[in-house]
Amino acid sequence: MEQYEPDRLPPARRRAVLSRRSLLRASAGGVLAAGGAGALGACGIPPAGNPRGAAAADDHSAKERTVSFSNWTEYMDVDESEKRHPTLEAFTARTGVEVRYSEDINDNGEFFAKIKPQLAAGQDTGRDLICVTDWLAARMIRLGWAQKLDPSHLPTAYANLSAQFRSPDWDPGRAYSYPWTGISTVIAYNKKALDGVEVRSVSDLLDHPKLKGRVGLLTEMRDTMGMTLLDMGKDPGDFTDDDYDAALARLQKAVDKGQIRRFTGNDYTADLTSGDFAACVAWAGDVVQLKADSPEIDFVVPDSGYLTSTDNLLVPAGARHKTNAERLIDHFYQPAMAARLAAYINYVCPVDGVKDELARIDADAAANPLILPDRAMAEKSREFRSLTDEEETAYEAKFAKLTGA
Amino acid sequence: MTSPTLTGAASPPAPGGAAPGARPPRRRGRALPYLLLLPGLLWLLVFFALPMVHQASTSVQTGSLEAGYEVTWHFATYADAVAEYWPQFLRSVLYAGTATVLCLLLGYPLAYLIAFRAGRWRNLVMILVIAPFFTSFLIRTLAWKTILADGGVVVDALNTLHVLDVTSRLGLTAGDRVLATPLAVVCGLTYNFLPFMVLPLYTSLERIDPRLHEAAADLHARPATVFRKVTLPLSMPGVVAGTLLTFIPAGGDYVNADLLGSTDTRMIGNVIQTQFLRVLDYPTAAALSFVLMAVILVAVSVHIRRSGTEELL
Repeated sequence: MEQYEPDRLPPARRRAVLSRRSLLRASAGGVLAAGGAGALGACGIPPAGNPRGAAAADDHSAKERTVSFSNWTEYMDVDESEKRHPTLEAFTARTGVEVRYSEDINDNGEFFAKIKPQLAAGQDTGRDLICVTDWLAARMIRLGWAQKLDPSHLPTAYANLSAQFRSPDWDPGRAYSYPWTGISTVIAYNKKALDGVEVRSVSDLLDHPKLKGRVGLLTEMRDTMGMTLLDMGKDPGDFTDDDYDAALARLQKAVDKGQIRRFTGNDYTADLTSGDFAACVAWAGDVVQLKADSPEIDFVVPDSGYLTSTDNLLVPAGARHKTNAERLIDHFYQPAMAARLAAYINYVCPVDGVKDELARIDADAAANPLILPDRAMAEKSREFRSLTDEEETAYEAKFAKLTGA
Repeated sequence: MTSPTLTGAASPPAPGGAAPGARPPRRRGRALPYLLLLPGLLWLLVFFALPMVHQASTSVQTGSLEAGYEVTWHFATYADAVAEYWPQFLRSVLYAGTATVLCLLLGYPLAYLIAFRAGRWRNLVMILVIAPFFTSFLIRTLAWKTILADGGVVVDALNTLHVLDVTSRLGLTAGDRVLATPLAVVCGLTYNFLPFMVLPLYTSLERIDPRLHEAAADLHARPATVFRKVTLPLSMPGVVAGTLLTFIPAGGDYVNADLLGSTDTRMIGNVIQTQFLRVLDYPTAAALSFVLMAVILVAVSVHIRRSGTEELL
C-alpha cells in the first residue's frame, strides 16, 4: 500500500538489481522452464537458512576497502550542496574505507521482496549494510538472513547505545542489529482543519462525529494496531489474539461508519498539510519537519502512551564486507556524528551523550522530546512485541481486510 | 502526421495478396527471419514466459517463508481467492469499464477534432495530448489530490451547485468531499488513461480519406449519416484498440485507488499488492493475478467478437 511514497520519491541514482550474472542465470532458467508444465514443480522456494543461525560469509574487508550501505531516502545528513554526506565523508577520511551509499529503500515490504530471492538462494545481495524497520529486522534474523555482529568491532556503539534500545525481544543484547533511529508514533493534527475540536487520544480520532471522513490511519499494521491497543488499555508489548481482534473490531466500526478517510503510507503528510486529514496517526520525525514548515500542524502524545519502533542496521547474509560495515555502525555512535544526523533527520536519536553536541548545532532540536526523549516521554513509550511467522501472516491478513484489501 | 495535404491521403491497401514485385527468398536467407526473431523471442522468454511459469507455479504452492514453499498442486487457492475477493474483482471491472466509456466519450470528439478540424494546429494539439506523459504517473495522480482537495475551488463549486448531494445519494461520493470516494478513483483512471484512447482513435481517424466524406455528401447523406455510415465504421479499429489499451491497464491499476480512494474503493490490484508485499501470501497473490488475467482475457475476447473486428486488429 505504501509501495510508492510521494514524499520519498525514488532517487535518480537507484542501483540496478539485475546483474549480468543473474540475467544469464535467469535466461538459462527460462529455457528450462519452457520445457513444459513439469517445470512448474521445480519452482518451489527452499526453506530459509537455519533459523537463528549466523549466516557468516567470507569477509573481504581487509582487501577491499569499501562498504555498500542501503538506506531510506532522506535518512542521512547532507551539506549545503545537498549532494555530499559529511558524516560519511568523515568515516572515509578516518578509516580509508569508501562508502557506496544508496537510498534505495522506500518501503520495507517492497525492499524485502527485492532482496528475498538472493537471500533465499544464499547469494550476496550486493549490500553490506541495510536499514530496515524492527519487524523486518526481526524477520530477517528469524530466517537466518542476518550476520551476527562482532562486538569487538563495535566498542563505541556498545558503550553509547541508549538503555531504551538495548535489548529488544527480537534481538536480545543486540547480537545482530543496531538501531539507526527510533521512531515515535503519535497523533498529529492540523489546527485549522480541526476547527476547535480537541484531539487527545485515538478514541477521539475514531469516535468524534465532527472528524467523520477526515481521519487518517497508517498502513503499517503495528503502528495503527499498537496505538489502538494502547488506547484500549492494552500493552502492545504483551497482548493476546483476543486483544488484537478486539482492537481490530474497534477500528472496523470506525471504518464502517465512514470515520476513516484513508489508510496511508508516508503520503499522509500531504493530506495533513492540505487539511484533508484533520488528524491522523503519524510518525513524530515527520511531524517535527512539518511543524517547521507549517505552523498549523502539531502533535499530541496520548495519555495512554505511544508506540516506539526502530529502524535498524543489519549486515545481510552473504555480505562481503562485514567488518567494514561494523566499523561504519560504530562510527555513527560517536556523539558528534549522531548529533549531526539527528539534527538533520529529526527522528529519535538512539545514542547517549548527544545532548551537548546537538545543542551546539540546533538548540531547539536538543530540547525537543521527540528527538531526545526526556524521562516523562520515555516512560510513556511502548514497543510492539515480536511476532512469530504464523502470527505475522495472520495479523497482517486481518489488518489487510480492515484496510479494504 | 507531418503532411496535412488531404487529397494526397493514401487509399486503403488492397485486401490480401503479397506486395507486387516481392522476390522469392533465396536459400541463403532462409535462416535470416529466425535470426531476426531471436532477440524478440529471447525477450519474451525471459521477461514473459519465465515469470508466467514462475507465477503459475507459485499459485499452486503451499508453505511459509520459514518452512519454504513446495508445489502441492493446491488449486483450492484459486477458489478461496475468488470467494474472498470477488467484490474487488467486480469493482475493478466496473471502475475500469466506466473509465473506458468515459475515455471514449471524451476521447472520440477530441481525436475527431484533431484529425479533421485542427488544420495546422494538429501537431500542437497532439503534443498537448501527450504532454502529461512527460511527468510521472504518480505526480499526475497526486495533482488530482490538490485539484479535488476538500474546500478547494472544485469541491466548493460542486457543493454550491448541490452536485455532490446528488452524487452522494448515488453512492459515488461521500458527504461533501470528492477525494477518497469512487468518483475520484474513476476520474483518476479516466484522466490517466485518456491518451491511450486518443492516440489509437486519432491514428485510425486520420487514415480515413476525406474524399469519402465528400462522396457521401454528394450522395445526399446528412453529416450525422456520414458519421454513422462512413466515419464510425472506418474508425472501429481505433475504438477497439483504444478501449483495450484503456481497459486492460485500468483493470489492474492500483495507484488511483490507493491515492484517490478509500477502504471501500480498493481494486484487485491493491489486493494483489497487499497480499504480495505485506501479508506475504504469495500463492494467493499469484492466483489472483492469474484470475485477473483470465477475467481480462474473457472480457477482451467478448469485446472483440461483438465488435466484429478480429480482422482489423
